[in-house]
Amino acid sequence: MKGNEAIAHAAVRYGVDGYFGYPITPQSEILETLEELMPWDTTGMVVLQAESEIAAINMVYGGAATGKACMTSSSSPGISLKQEGISYIAAGELPALIINCMRGGPGLGTIQPSQSDYFQATKGGGHGDYRLIVLAPASVQEMADFVGLGFDLAFKYRNPVMMLADGVVGQMMERVKLPAPRPRRTDDEIARTCPWAVTGRPEWRKPNIMTTLELVPQAMEDHNKHLQEKYRLIEQNEARCEEHFTDDAEYLIVAFGCVARICQKAVEEARAAGIKVGLLRPITLWPFPAGEIKRLSKQVKGILVVELNAGQMIEDVRLSLDEIKPVHHFGRMGGIVMDPDEVLVALKERFEL
Amino acid sequence: MKEEIIIAGFGGQGVLSMGKILAYAGLMDDLEVTWMPSYGPEQRGGTANVTVILSDAPISSPVLNSYDTAVILNQQSLDKFESKVKPGGTLIYDPYSIHHAPTRTDITIVPVDAMEATFELSSSKSYNMVLLGALIKVRPLVSVDAVMRGLKKTLPERHHHLLPVNKEAILRGMELPKL
Amino acid sequence: MTKEEIKQAGTVVACKPRLLNDNTMHYCPGCSHGVVHKLVAEVIEEMGAEHIAIAIAPVGCAVMAYNYIDVDWIEAAHGRAPAIATAVKRLNPSRLVFTYQGDGDLAAIGTAETIHAANRGENIAIIFINNGIYGMTGGQMAPTTLEGMVTSTTPYGRRVDLNGYPLNITDLMARLPGTCYVTRQSVHTAPAVKKTKKAIRQAFENSMAGKGTSVVEVVSTCVSGWKMTPEKANEWMAEHMLEKYPLGDLKNVDNE
Repeated sequence: MKGNEAIAHAAVRYGVDGYFGYPITPQSEILETLEELMPWDTTGMVVLQAESEIAAINMVYGGAATGKACMTSSSSPGISLKQEGISYIAAGELPALIINCMRGGPGLGTIQPSQSDYFQATKGGGHGDYRLIVLAPASVQEMADFVGLGFDLAFKYRNPVMMLADGVVGQMMERVKLPAPRPRRTDDEIARTCPWAVTGRPEWRKPNIMTTLELVPQAMEDHNKHLQEKYRLIEQNEARCEEHFTDDAEYLIVAFGCVARICQKAVEEARAAGIKVGLLRPITLWPFPAGEIKRLSKQVKGILVVELNAGQMIEDVRLSLDEIKPVHHFGRMGGIVMDPDEVLVALKERFEL
Repeated sequence: MKEEIIIAGFGGQGVLSMGKILAYAGLMDDLEVTWMPSYGPEQRGGTANVTVILSDAPISSPVLNSYDTAVILNQQSLDKFESKVKPGGTLIYDPYSIHHAPTRTDITIVPVDAMEATFELSSSKSYNMVLLGALIKVRPLVSVDAVMRGLKKTLPERHHHLLPVNKEAILRGMELPKL
Repeated sequence: MTKEEIKQAGTVVACKPRLLNDNTMHYCPGCSHGVVHKLVAEVIEEMGAEHIAIAIAPVGCAVMAYNYIDVDWIEAAHGRAPAIATAVKRLNPSRLVFTYQGDGDLAAIGTAETIHAANRGENIAIIFINNGIYGMTGGQMAPTTLEGMVTSTTPYGRRVDLNGYPLNITDLMARLPGTCYVTRQSVHTAPAVKKTKKAIRQAFENSMAGKGTSVVEVVSTCVSGWKMTPEKANEWMAEHMLEKYPLGDLKNVDNE
């Protein structure tokens, strides 16, 4: 099945409570598949086509405030519209899953695949000092798996999670093993595990108030400090990446999402031609696997960062190093996807191989 | 075994669904598969193409620049993809909508009169199945049985009465290539 | 006499509702918000609904409404309360879900959310405070500002050729098939307060009965924004606001 369809099936099986979305290419299959599955008749999951991306993200905010597992999905221009709501969800420390099936920008741009929202996803996007946990799927299997992983992390840290996918993994079909179905959490479970949830006030407790407003500067700074402590904890515990052929690598390619798949083939071809190159694929873009890159940087002669943008993740790769090593970039933009041969040519050119 | 295939033609010719059935047939035969379409407005009348990879090992890149086999349904696609068939590879095309036949000599070129054959069949919509039949005759990557099971899997239940018509088209397609 | 003794003596004629806590309100003296807050608290209390009430606060003067009424609250981004209420009610159908919004929040930046929630017939109640001005930010023009009315962004009075016409969004909502009860009330006289309380009760009961969206507009005063004494503001409201925003039920499916 398609990556987008896999997300929809995985959401129902994970026991997601609510999906709120608005059509935009190339991710509309998520909403379409959910409407076709009619999960409200089986698991009781709410699926709603909202009047806008803005309404959809605020529905997620409202649903999440009541302790429910809520998600939305969109593509680049729609994700821009959601940024205010994402900032509120991060500030309110609400668990939620946001999927960005990236297309080329800026502006209305193109409907073809891109990775040009890396900065937006990992460095903010909305206002204020906040972080999203950002997962970058590279296969249809991961599109399905990261729904569950995303919600697990979101509830563990009370933090919004973004799945930063792209038109390639959204539209492509591959073999996928869907997670085993599990029931949605009951209201009792929510009350027990989410004591902060806005559920209606029983007599024994004070009102639960979900607000992101704090007019006293000291209290606001304290809240920010608390958020930053949480982010440090996430950085320590949750950075994930995958390595291929790095053991004896003299050169390293760093790429995420569908581009990592393309680079993997380039690495195979390079190895066949006798070039000792390895691949590191960040699975979490925030927290960024800086430690692994730092370790490998000591072993290699240079690093090539390959992205479907003008050079975004390369900044985090450079920040990961503690000694000067050549770090080059190869990117395509505007919806053009490079093929493995182009990556190989770029590798040879940049390092004069 | 690994086969990298491009299928290209006009939107509406059934390019994407032909690729989808091939991919599902691969799944039935327990192969790893990827199916990567061109998408968007192209689906509705422009040119459409789909990359299908069948392999007995995990597949890395779903995006390719050269192919083992190309199935070409119109002139624009031939112009675009003839040069991208790997030396020693195979190019299958339907002369019906081709004005300038392929010229390469380092690949196997198989003309298949699929449109003509489709006119004689009971369903004019089974053009892509005729071509699929021709493809699996020229490149026996998956069995007819696997294709039928793949077709059954992709076709909504309400259309299952069309399975025999499609099988007829596939079998007819298998007779077409002059090898 | 202590408070308890007074209560025991059975001589109480007026009492602060239990759900209205002792926090000092930030509203200006003479502001309609305080009265409407009290009515909301009373109705929830009388319905015995505090354990199922989920209220959505706006951005505007009522941004900190959650500080005064002791039920569970969600603070919305500016204008988004109806979208939030939509999800809260759909995910928690047994709850009493209502928004409390001003005219800038509901009729300007949140127009899309307001209209679409009402058009879907979400089983929520919307309490809409219309004072024809942006109170919180210092008295700027609202979509509901009357023609000729002086605000800090229409210092020579609202001109329709420059600023368009006052938006009567409640009339608009009454025409949507998703609404079940749309009414316009006020709190500038004792009888009006009674009627408003009745309307809020009706709206909340509709929400629990799943009849669709209920809208209670309360035509209100803004003493600071209008730069008037409370008494003068009430008079000015009766004289000018009610002409454009006449009181009464615009729609009640129960009577049809």
